[in-house]
Amino acid sequence: MSGTFVGMPAFPEAAREAVGNSTLRANLRHATHTIRDKRARAVAELADWQQLREAGKQIKNHTLRHLDRYLVQLEESVVRAGGTVHWAADADEANRIVADLVKATGEREVVKVKSMATQEIGLNEALVAEGISAYETDLAELIVQLGHDRPSHILVPAIHRNRGEIRDIFREEMGSWGRPAPDGLTDSPAELAEAARLHLREKFLRAKVGVSGANFMVAETGTLVVFESEGNGRMCLTLPETLISVVGIEKVIPTWRDLEVFLQTLPRSSTAERMNPYTSMWTGTTDGDGPSVFHLVLLDNGRTDTLADEVGRQALRCIRCSACLNVCPVYERAGGHAYGSVYPGPIGAILSPQLRGTASEIDASLPYASSLCGACYEVCPVAIDIPEVLVHLRERVADRGGKGHRLEKAAMKAASWAMDRPAVLAAAERAATRTRRLHPKKVPGTGAWTAGRELPELPEKSFRDWWKGEGR
Amino acid sequence: MRVALFVTCVNDAVYPATAVATVTLLERLGVEVDFPPGQTCCGQAQFNTGYRRETEPLVRRMGAVFEGYDHVVTPSGSCAAMVRENYPRIARKAAAEGRGTELGGIAGSLVPRVYELSEFLVDVLGVTDVGAYFPHTVTYHPSCHGLRTLGLGERPRRLLEAVKGLELRELPGAEECCGFGGTFALKNPAVSAAMGTDKADSALTTGAEVLCGADSSCLMHLGGILRRRGDPLRPLHLAEILASTEAEPHP
Ligand code: SF4
Repeated sequence: MSGTFVGMPAFPEAAREAVGNSTLRANLRHATHTIRDKRARAVAELADWQQLREAGKQIKNHTLRHLDRYLVQLEESVVRAGGTVHWAADADEANRIVADLVKATGEREVVKVKSMATQEIGLNEALVAEGISAYETDLAELIVQLGHDRPSHILVPAIHRNRGEIRDIFREEMGSWGRPAPDGLTDSPAELAEAARLHLREKFLRAKVGVSGANFMVAETGTLVVFESEGNGRMCLTLPETLISVVGIEKVIPTWRDLEVFLQTLPRSSTAERMNPYTSMWTGTTDGDGPSVFHLVLLDNGRTDTLADEVGRQALRCIRCSACLNVCPVYERAGGHAYGSVYPGPIGAILSPQLRGTASEIDASLPYASSLCGACYEVCPVAIDIPEVLVHLRERVADRGGKGHRLEKAAMKAASWAMDRPAVLAAAERAATRTRRLHPKKVPGTGAWTAGRELPELPEKSFRDWWKGEGR
Repeated sequence: MRVALFVTCVNDAVYPATAVATVTLLERLGVEVDFPPGQTCCGQAQFNTGYRRETEPLVRRMGAVFEGYDHVVTPSGSCAAMVRENYPRIARKAAAEGRGTELGGIAGSLVPRVYELSEFLVDVLGVTDVGAYFPHTVTYHPSCHGLRTLGLGERPRRLLEAVKGLELRELPGAEECCGFGGTFALKNPAVSAAMGTDKADSALTTGAEVLCGADSSCLMHLGGILRRRGDPLRPLHLAEILASTEAEPHP
């Protein structure tokens, strides 16, 4: 994955900072609560939601089980339609392929439709290193890019910014990237949108190369599909002469018919709309219509390893709707940056440690960045049991026995040993209650608890002693 | 009908009044309950923190201790959920690793017999009015494992609504997690306390005197926050409210 996040502190530290930032918390709370309520209404309109959810899960499971077959079919279909397919094992390889393709056109800039895959591999930074400018054209992505910031939400990358902050970024930064912000720009949504429109239009008309991701790839026809709201993506997909799409291998689905399910579940889960405003589909190249050169870069980058894990592989069903972020109480307080990845929130907590492994501190801390409340599982349109995967990954982290986990393992072992001996447990309870008046205010080892809460007062007698005393 | 009480380690050691209330309530309803003293803990903390193999002896203990009882009742949504949701998983994984073939049988036998208290009252005993009296304003926090894993639905609220003298106040954002989450409260204290503080604040807006829940660990977390701030809201387990009567009101 991208080097942008290397050296991030573990989740608890990053989250603690975010919790202390009241503007950030207010922005996040407002945005997530608005969209989660809207989503609930949009979903409630469909009487067959649970069946659609099950269908989405089955389609994805089936595809993942036969991924090799469908990827080969996809490649054949894309080539037949006039495209070229490249296979990239990791981020470096994908970045090199894209950079070489752009250089071969003789161009020095590309326009981009928002894409999680290219963010995952840090494509923009890799292109800059090759002397190529990559312009993000999604409004929120533009705000992030102009603000020298990182996205903090899958769907609404600038969710952590309010209107005033966005106006300041536009005023200060637009000029150095192209058309400057109009004089006297205010923070009214209409004016901000118009400023972005003018700024972007100039880039669309100039660019010869477009870079995209895709929400789905249809194996039988070689068709790629992008769902979006603004129409900027469609500009990137149709105006340039060369189109390069970088897509994770798990995005393939077998047939056109399968799209029917996701056309219903994705927009309702993500933007709480019945239908997203723009659904763009492209199949290879067509003379006199759209880009005349089309390249598809199929990205692995940890996906086949993830596929090998029986419990963890369900994360590959994800359609990046972001519903789980919007209902997550932890995401709401910690914000997206604390997750140290382009995939924040509950899905990030299970995807990043699988794609990147659990060697770094941040990746080892992500499976614990959840209270296991289950709200994410409840809303997920492809029924990914995120709590199950979290606990499964905690086991992996605990097994490695890294920082902090050696002591913890000893403690857990000791607890299990005592809990397997009722007499030991009873004796410990009695010792604790007998000395309960002597307990100092700060019991050693409870610092994390007593930072925000009081410890409970211990009772005079445990239940088991009461039961015995009652002579039962 | 042989009914065993699974008191849970937290109730046993820290909140015995909840367990005593459960006994009082069930006996008042004509149920003869037993407390097998060999019981200790369901292993939730170990399992949820990533120590699955350390949980296996406790699964075995639970199976042995509660063998032969028709029903196992527990005043804890999350411990009931641990057995129902995770024991089969523990058994499956152990079998896949070529160990503990008996775990599957233990899980298969325990799962259908384990009931959270409100489930047992409504589904097995078929009562919603348990003859309780509790003349206070109450707001109810449905803990996540009760709400989502067990699907308790309206059961606890129906029980509370039938309590004489009790006025139930709607808790805004009731379905949101209180931030306890077992070891989450220790591993991510800042986020955990922020979640708990928001939950305590919304409970306070109801103006209720009592914050009721069916999971002592969530109440311990919320109670700890309320007490630290000196807020006038008393956490109380559902069992203690249901055990309270006109003759013997809750203290
Ligand atoms: S995990 Fe589920 S809810 Fe979350 S982004 Fe992916 S599809 Fe959406």
